[in-house]
Formats: sequence, structure tokens, C-alpha cells
Amino acid sequence: MRRIPLSALFGLVMTGAFLFCAVFAQWIAPYPLDAVTGKVWEAPSAEFWLGTDTIGRDILSRMIYGGQITIFVALASSLLSFGMGAFFGFLAAVRGGWIDQVLSRVVDVLMAIPSLIVALVVLSVLPISLPVLIIVMGVLDATRVFRLSRAVAMDITVMDYVEAAKLRGEKQSWIIFREILPNALSPLVAEFGLRFIFAVLFISTLSFLGLGIQPPLADWGGMVKENKDGLIYGKAAALMPALAIAVLAISVNLVADWVLSRTTSLKGGRGA
Amino acid sequence: MHPILKLVVQRIALGLVLLLAVSLLIFAGTEALPGDVAQSILGQSATPEALANLREALGLNEPALTRYFKWLGGILTGDFGVALTNGQDIGQAIGQRLGNTLFLASAAAMISVPLAILLGLVAARYNGRWPDKLISGVTLSTISLPEFVAAYFVIYLLTQVIPIFQPVAMVFPGMGFWEKLQAVALPVIVLVLVVLAHMMRMTRAAVLNVMQSAYIETAELKGLGPMTVIWRHALPNAIAPIISVVVLNLAYLVVGVVVVEVVFSYNALGQYLVDHVAKRDLPVVQAVGLIFAAVYIGLNILADVISILANPRLRHPK
Repeated sequence: MRRIPLSALFGLVMTGAFLFCAVFAQWIAPYPLDAVTGKVWEAPSAEFWLGTDTIGRDILSRMIYGGQITIFVALASSLLSFGMGAFFGFLAAVRGGWIDQVLSRVVDVLMAIPSLIVALVVLSVLPISLPVLIIVMGVLDATRVFRLSRAVAMDITVMDYVEAAKLRGEKQSWIIFREILPNALSPLVAEFGLRFIFAVLFISTLSFLGLGIQPPLADWGGMVKENKDGLIYGKAAALMPALAIAVLAISVNLVADWVLSRTTSLKGGRGA
Repeated sequence: MHPILKLVVQRIALGLVLLLAVSLLIFAGTEALPGDVAQSILGQSATPEALANLREALGLNEPALTRYFKWLGGILTGDFGVALTNGQDIGQAIGQRLGNTLFLASAAAMISVPLAILLGLVAARYNGRWPDKLISGVTLSTISLPEFVAAYFVIYLLTQVIPIFQPVAMVFPGMGFWEKLQAVALPVIVLVLVVLAHMMRMTRAAVLNVMQSAYIETAELKGLGPMTVIWRHALPNAIAPIISVVVLNLAYLVVGVVVVEVVFSYNALGQYLVDHVAKRDLPVVQAVGLIFAAVYIGLNILADVISILANPRLRHPK
């Protein structure tokens, strides 16, 4: 195995750290999520490493719990978008004909306008809860996975081994899961990183607009919203969760870039 | 018919069909999902009789398809209906805010487009050397930030660390053009940051792509300087993809504008949309959503038409 480039190593370590904090939030966070422990907008100190927020809660603790929710929702919705997108994408490629036509046109329409606008329209009717948010984001993002996996599967379905499987009478599900999926995995893995980060940005934006994760649960986008008024008085509290979003986004991007360049070079492509 | 005209007409017709499908999606997305307008006006505690009366008054008992065509017909004739929350005419409310949104977006476009092309050319000129790495590195990190995060970093930097701006963007009807421009400076900077990265990277890619052609090598061998080669030979051939990338990224401003308006409490269309999503005011959400969708699709069509027109192979049919 070749040496991991420095940027990818940084990305891996940071992503790992975020995941660790998210999983073990209950044990790591110094204070409970909603405990008012200090004065309003205290500066960072030994007691409160990142200071306190708009009503005196410890920011570090809230960020750790917030990371848990943010990462959980993003992971759940990107898993959903992957399951749906890859399944329908492969199905469209294998079956072709009217199934492909219908699926592709539906995706065209969904992708014709920005996901945020569709999400806003849909969230004006649906109750805003965690499952609804995960499903809405997952379905909207599945369109992109659909296009990618359909394109990848289109290349694979013409391969001899798929033809052979068809000739020996394998079922459609066998062809999708045993012939196409293993061969389509590496481009999809890199895409997963990008979808995950997109979901983090999406849920943060929705929460920031007040239409995502609702209090008493905390998430990074919502924390920026809670603390934004302090910025005018020079209180940097809102920047902490903003920074967390930025660092997580950049770290995962670095890892995904590396995976992508590795898989293209494996295929004999021009990756570095 | 001239082949170019045919392609353009085809593309526009396709766009209109898409817009129609999107209007159906927006309508179905709000009408077919659980929850109903009468319920959301009256709240959970409403009596069944009151609900039935309101449904009757709002015409909710008619079949969905009839209501869809009434809604669409209304919008096409400029009648957007009234808001549920305050009974205000939606068309009027949109009219007041549309100008503000367009002002913000076009100011951002005026700055970001030339800047992105210039930076893209510089990065292509010094491909692989430090100016390229610097520009690419900075833009790569702004790509991975959501709009509101970028916005708060900029606000903190330019109102606290270096206090030269006001953190709120207020625009009043009586303000002069320059006053307005000053008021929106901060949101414009944020929007420029958000769209600059993609535009610049794709400009760079388009120029570098052309730079591999044989005629560029000829120009270099002739002894022309690198900037002359880019300016005289590469740019004219890269201009079509650049323009279409630029227009596509302007479409991306549609999303950016919604978030940035909320950040700066800027009284315009995006803010209006988000407010009324929270209030569950369906007619407003449908109308504003459709406007954003139409602008987005319109810009996409424009990008395609420009790249059709700019393609010399299509301009001179055999």
C-alpha cells in the first residue's frame, strides 16, 4: 500500500475524531446538553473550554451532543439516499425500457430545481421531525446517486460476465446484487463521502433556517442560529459550531478526494 | 428551418415542459402530502363543522386536478391568490420583494463573474505553480462551506475584527442607488465568495482543456507570450463553456440568496419564503417556490442556448 498523503491523513484523523465524539458524546461532554452552568456568553476559560452560549450553557458540551445529532441525521439520510439511489439506478440500467424512462424522467424533474427549494416546499406541509427530515433529505439526494449508479451500471451490464449470468438464467436480484454491485462499489464509496458531507451541509442549513432539527435537541446549524446575535457584540460563540461544520466538511472532502484518486488510478486512469 | 434555430426552439420547449412538470411537483408536494390547509389555518382544536366550512370556502372540496389548473391559470394571469396568515395579496407582496432579491443577486453577479474569469485565467496561466495552488486551495475550502457558515465568518471578520461594515442589510424604498449598494455590501461579499469558487475552477478547467490543442502549441512555438496565447487563442475557444458555467452558477445564486437573506434579515423573496414555510402558509410557499424554480430553470435554458449559439460547428452547417 502506498503512503497516505498528508492531506488525506489529516482528513482521516479529523473525521475519525468527529465520529468518536459523536458516538461517545454522553461520556465525553463535560456538562449535560441543557444545563445552564455559567453566565451568558462567557469567554472561553478552563471551566468552559469554548465559552458559554446565549443562555449560559457550555458550548463545547452542546457541540459534542450537536455533532451526534448532525452526524446521525446526515449518516441516516445518506445511507437512505444510497440504498434508494443505487437500487433504482441499477434497476433502471438492468431493466431499461419504460422503467428506466419513468425513473429517469422523475429524477430529471426533481433535479430541475435546487434541493433546498423542494425541501422548503415539502416541509411547509409535513410535520418537522427527525424521521421526516431524514426521509426528505434522503429522497432528494437519492436523485444524484441514481444518476451515478445508473451510469456505472450501464457500463457493467454490457460486460460478458453479466451476459453469462443472464444466459445461465440468474434472477434479476442476483444480477443486481451479485454481479453489478461488487463491481460498482469503488466509485460509489467515494461518492458516499460527498453525499454525506452534502447531507451535513443540508441539515445544518435547514436547522439554521429554523426548519431542521428542533429544540430541545441541539445541532450545529441550530447552534449558529441560537448564538448569531452575539456576533454583533463581538461574542464569537456562533463561530464555534460554524467552524465544526467547516472542518468536518473539509476533512471528509479530503478523504473522498484521496479515495477517488486511488480508484481512478487503480482503473488505469489519470489519478495521482 | 436553420439547424441552430431548431435546436434552440427544442431546448426552450423542453424547458417549458420541465417547468410545467415542476409546477405539478410543487402543487402535488404540498397538496398530496398529509396535512391540509384548512387544518393548518384553524389549528388542531378546530371543530369538524368549522373545518368543513373553511374547506368549502377555499374550494378544497374540488378535485385536486381542477384546483391545480385554477392555481396555474391564476399564476399565468398574475393572480397569485392571498396569503393564509394575513390575507395579503401574494402578487403584491412578491412584487415588493422581488426587486430587492434581484438587486442583491445582480450585484453579486456583477462582481463575481469578471473576478472568477480573471482568477481562472491567472490560475490556468500559472498551472501547477504557486498562484494556481493558492487560488485553487482557497476556493476549494470555500466550496465546502455552507452559505450561512461563510456568512458568519465574513460578518465576524468585517464587523468585529476589522470593523468596516454594518452587520445588518436594510434597504428602504427611498434609498438612493449608492446608499443601497453600500447597505448590501456584506451580503454581496458572501454571495460572491459562495459562487466564485465553482465559476473560477470551471473557467480554469475550460481554458486548460483548450490549452492542449495543437493550435495553442503552434502559437507558443511562434514565440507568443503565455498571456497573449491565453487571451488571443485560448479564451475565444473556451468562451462557450465559460459562459454556460457562469450562467449555471448564477442559477446557484438562487439557493445562496435564500440563506443569505435570512442571515442578514434582508427583506426580500428568500426571507419571505422561509418565513412562510415556518408559518405553513401554503399559497405563499407554492407561489414563491414556483418563482425560484422558474428562475433556476430559465437560467439553465439560457446556459444551454448560449452554448448552442457559441458552438462554431453548429453555426456553419454543411
